[in-house]
Amino acid sequence: MSTPADIIRDGLWHNNPGLVQLLGLCPLLAISGTVVNAVGLGIATTLTLLLSNVIVSLIREHVRSEIRIPVYVLIIASIVTAIELAMNAWFHGLFLILGIFIPLIVTNCAIIGRAEAFASRNSVPRAALDGLMMGLGFTGVLIALGALRELLGQGTLFADFHLLLGEWGHALRIEFFPEEHGFLLALLPPGAFLAMGLLIAVKNWIDAAMESGPEPAEDAAAETGPSAG
Amino acid sequence: MRFRTESSPHVIPRHSVGGVMQQVLLALIPGTLAMTWFFGWGVLINVALAVGFAVALEAAMVALRRRPVGPTLADNSAIVTGWLFALAIPPLAPFWITLIGIAFAIVVAKHLYGGLGYNPFNPAMVGYVVVLVSFPREMALWPAPETLPQMPLGLWQSLQTVLTGSLPAGMEWDAITRATPLDALREGLVSGRTVSEVTASPVFGSFTETGWEWIGNFFLLGGLYLLFRRVIRWEIPLAVILGVAIPAGFFWILDPGAHASPAFHVFSGAVILGAFFIATDPVSAATTKLGRILYGAGIGLLIYVIRAWGGYPDAVAFAVLLMNMVAPTLDHFTRPRIYGHSSGNGPPPGAGP
Repeated sequence: MSTPADIIRDGLWHNNPGLVQLLGLCPLLAISGTVVNAVGLGIATTLTLLLSNVIVSLIREHVRSEIRIPVYVLIIASIVTAIELAMNAWFHGLFLILGIFIPLIVTNCAIIGRAEAFASRNSVPRAALDGLMMGLGFTGVLIALGALRELLGQGTLFADFHLLLGEWGHALRIEFFPEEHGFLLALLPPGAFLAMGLLIAVKNWIDAAMESGPEPAEDAAAETGPSAG
Repeated sequence: MRFRTESSPHVIPRHSVGGVMQQVLLALIPGTLAMTWFFGWGVLINVALAVGFAVALEAAMVALRRRPVGPTLADNSAIVTGWLFALAIPPLAPFWITLIGIAFAIVVAKHLYGGLGYNPFNPAMVGYVVVLVSFPREMALWPAPETLPQMPLGLWQSLQTVLTGSLPAGMEWDAITRATPLDALREGLVSGRTVSEVTASPVFGSFTETGWEWIGNFFLLGGLYLLFRRVIRWEIPLAVILGVAIPAGFFWILDPGAHASPAFHVFSGAVILGAFFIATDPVSAATTKLGRILYGAGIGLLIYVIRAWGGYPDAVAFAVLLMNMVAPTLDHFTRPRIYGHSSGNGPPPGAGP
């Protein structure tokens, strides 16, 4: 049985939905042009993952296995509809930019994947933790991609944050170079694929470096894990 | 007495990779000189810069991958990549265009895929497409061959322009740059004029007046030399040229007012350079005989389709990259009969008799 520490580590790093499972690539690649888009979609996806995992875990004893997939889809679709309406009401500008990709969270396979693989077999607190961590892992990849592409493509970071935070969000904008000198490819779809490949390569490189590095320390951490949990 | 015995292969190929690439470089010289004649020193500066960047990045990547640097550099492939890239970009393009393009060509398209022999895409064309898509403004600044002689840029002035990205005092980009013939044709046809009206503008000349056709001729000369030395084979260049000329001729016969002649299509832009030097890249092209013909014809057809109905005036790079993707499939389906096996539904090679 995996411990909470394992669940956290899996979601954020070892089994990261973006970098390792490669799930939900459609919104990940399409919407990661700027940091604010990434944060917006990341929060929406994380909320969906958290709520769907909790509800699926709550009803896991009562749903026949033959009909579980339609039930999961109904649950996820209801949650996404609620989130979409909420974003439309409170973050209307961001809602317009993210457009179709908010309703499309329903089809994000990371969510139904976690419902099927984890939430339907685990207790509510563990499922909630898993949903939260998977969501944060996904959001982290989104933000890293968004920052990389925004920086290369239009020379800014945290532009348009007023869409998310209100008027003071304008102050967050950092400009590194004027927009017309941007590297257009980074904003186009090929840039998303290239940046994604580079991120995965960096993760694998870090993993390889850690494996060849201090091995005993990691073992010790793994052993103290259970007692801490 | 002991006899020395050697294992196979007993027939040693006449060309090493380095030797082949040397022949290609030699064959590029006439066309490059012709470009320099018509477009000024910028061409040679770009070639020098691009080759320098390419060799430096190649050495750095090989060292990073912990492989022997010397033998890799000796295959001259980085020089060819840099040179071809430099011929594709505008002659006075700022140096950072060259740097970014070459970095993508050598680092991403070549070494991230495993180095020479493993790259599915032509590295020079990947670099060119990256800068073409990313920096449309800088990539459109083609000097006009017929105005440069009145305002010649010296070697030093050209170098300054390439390094700083701005022209010497008293000169304007608008004064020395002009739409290429393909640009002008595209714009003219979109705005509803006929081919004969468009070609009456000074951008066009009959066969000897402006530089573009002559450059094609000199690349053709280099290409024929490569054919003669059997560095390349005839299938790909011929198929590319026919692939452009046949659809161009078909539409030209249907309506000469709305479609340029096949001769114009073949000798403008980068078709000749592409047919002989770019499409024949031994790594990323198809290798079987029928495969090479289909591969070349596909490139030619795509060039015409993108020129006529696509979003860019010239399309050699896009066509080559698209067909690079298909090359392994072409090879798979055009596998020649293997000696000792029956053709058709015989067992696959390696599956035994």
